[in-house]
Amino acid sequence: MSAALQVEGLNRSFGALRVTRDVDLVLERGARRALIGPNGAGKTTLVNLITGVLKPTSGRVLLDGEDITATSQAERARRGLARTFQINQLFRGLTVLENLCMTIGERDGNCNNLWRSAGAKRSVIDEALDHLESLRLVDDALKLVRELPYGRQRLVEIAIALAQRPRVLLLDEPAAGVPSSESHLILDVVARLDPDIAVLIIEHDMDVVMRFAREITVLVQGAVLTQGTPEAIMADEDVRAVYLGQEGHKGSAHG
Amino acid sequence: MAASDGKNAERIAARDRAAEFLLRRHRFRWPEALPWLIAIGCFFAFPERMTFGSQVLIMLLFALSLDLILGYAGIVTLGHAAFFGIGAYTVGLGAARLGWSEPISGLIAAALLAALGGFVTGWFLLRYRGLTLLMLTLATAIMLQETGNLRSDISGGYDGLPGLAFSPLFGVFDYDLYGHTNYLYVLAVLAIAFYFVRRIVYSPFGQALTGIRENVRRMHAIGSPVHRRLVTVYTIAAGIAGIAGALFTQTNAYVTLTVFDFDNSAKVMIMLILGGTGRLYGAFVGAVVYMVLEDKLSKLSPTFWQFGIGLMLVLAVLFARRGLLGLIEEAGRLVSRRTKT
Repeated sequence: MSAALQVEGLNRSFGALRVTRDVDLVLERGARRALIGPNGAGKTTLVNLITGVLKPTSGRVLLDGEDITATSQAERARRGLARTFQINQLFRGLTVLENLCMTIGERDGNCNNLWRSAGAKRSVIDEALDHLESLRLVDDALKLVRELPYGRQRLVEIAIALAQRPRVLLLDEPAAGVPSSESHLILDVVARLDPDIAVLIIEHDMDVVMRFAREITVLVQGAVLTQGTPEAIMADEDVRAVYLGQEGHKGSAHG
Repeated sequence: MAASDGKNAERIAARDRAAEFLLRRHRFRWPEALPWLIAIGCFFAFPERMTFGSQVLIMLLFALSLDLILGYAGIVTLGHAAFFGIGAYTVGLGAARLGWSEPISGLIAAALLAALGGFVTGWFLLRYRGLTLLMLTLATAIMLQETGNLRSDISGGYDGLPGLAFSPLFGVFDYDLYGHTNYLYVLAVLAIAFYFVRRIVYSPFGQALTGIRENVRRMHAIGSPVHRRLVTVYTIAAGIAGIAGALFTQTNAYVTLTVFDFDNSAKVMIMLILGGTGRLYGAFVGAVVYMVLEDKLSKLSPTFWQFGIGLMLVLAVLFARRGLLGLIEEAGRLVSRRTKT
């Protein structure tokens, strides 16, 4: 059986600057892989290449064995590739419930309908509420997103991605910008994700990575330095030298 | 056991409350009858001002079509007059050159041609946003105007096509000197168009438009065919603007190339912003206030009346960021909060 997501020989240049170099990456079904690397290693660029925000200079992206390199971002999303953003990208002027209903509507093709009222399908609203319930957001359902504290907004970001019913989920620093007193809420959600979904998480916090990931890919200057189990990565001399820094701050990988 | 039952009931109640909001939102509320009652009331109160009344309703329809794209989808355009003009010239040329004087079929033809114009230009232009789109839409209207000018032998140029004759409505209702038939005709067309726009706004498609306005990056990420959505709504709005233009020609019995003017595009945008964007009835408030003020001020001071309009716009932008309707809504909320406590 083919992998949920496969990246083959991916390259991307901005002029003379090569921000992604020959990246190979495989996410098996149900994978829990972390992508780590110092600032400027090209982690978000790689996510943008996989999701289709950017087109690669060369290389291929395969979803369930199908080549999606030439397809648009929206087409990839419809085929089951979802992502969250490092900086919230939400419908700030709408309620949390509407954020979810819209996502479900676009997923199921309801949004092609110009005539029926948006509230007429109770099943959509119920599903949206189910997603909110699983993230303990029901009480905020009718609040405008911009009225929520940042940590809760981060949860809405994840709720939207889950409402897409993805097969592959890319989490770009899900706890970024959230005070540490609240970050456990988000990490609990990440830990409880459906085991069938293949997840790639970009994360700076090594505690999170060690807790969540079963495999780690280390990206340095746009290229894959090494991949392996968390234990192997932590023991790797190259990783320590290049990435963790010579001082060897234990448990902190922030570049 | 009882405790968990209670918690469960609470949970379901919270869910129902949330669902109720979406289930009810599109339903008709009684204040929505108010503008229509006023419009009918005006028919009896000002029987000698019905020609002016028709023009107000036409601009209202034009502003409503702009609300669909500017207020809901967030498409900023300075060339909406292009579609008003296509509609105006469809029935104008039809009546002057082809002897096509039947008004209802003319209206439908105008809507279709303007929608076609919206589809073709939208397909190319809606890849762009912001300033680029502003310039491109502006250029579209100017190009249409200049095409008309180039073939003034057909279009009548800036002298226009005067003295157009249209056959009675449904072959029965003839036009009177006071414009009574016209007023009711325009009001009926407006009501039908409004019904369509209202359905669209509250549909899942309308929700997706709001999503594009709020965050287009997220729309791409959740798999929305953004370009197709924008072209669809642009086509519909162009069709409605075309109907407004056709009504303009039919009620005035003449048309000149000034319908394509930048002034016309700017005026309709000012009306909408004045009334409030993205709220359906903003077009109603904005068009009526603007047109009545323009009428009064231009009689008061034929040379400086635009000063009054400018002043009003400055005040509105400074103190009523969400338009006059937004101001009314806020005042209403304040009053209801007072009465509650």
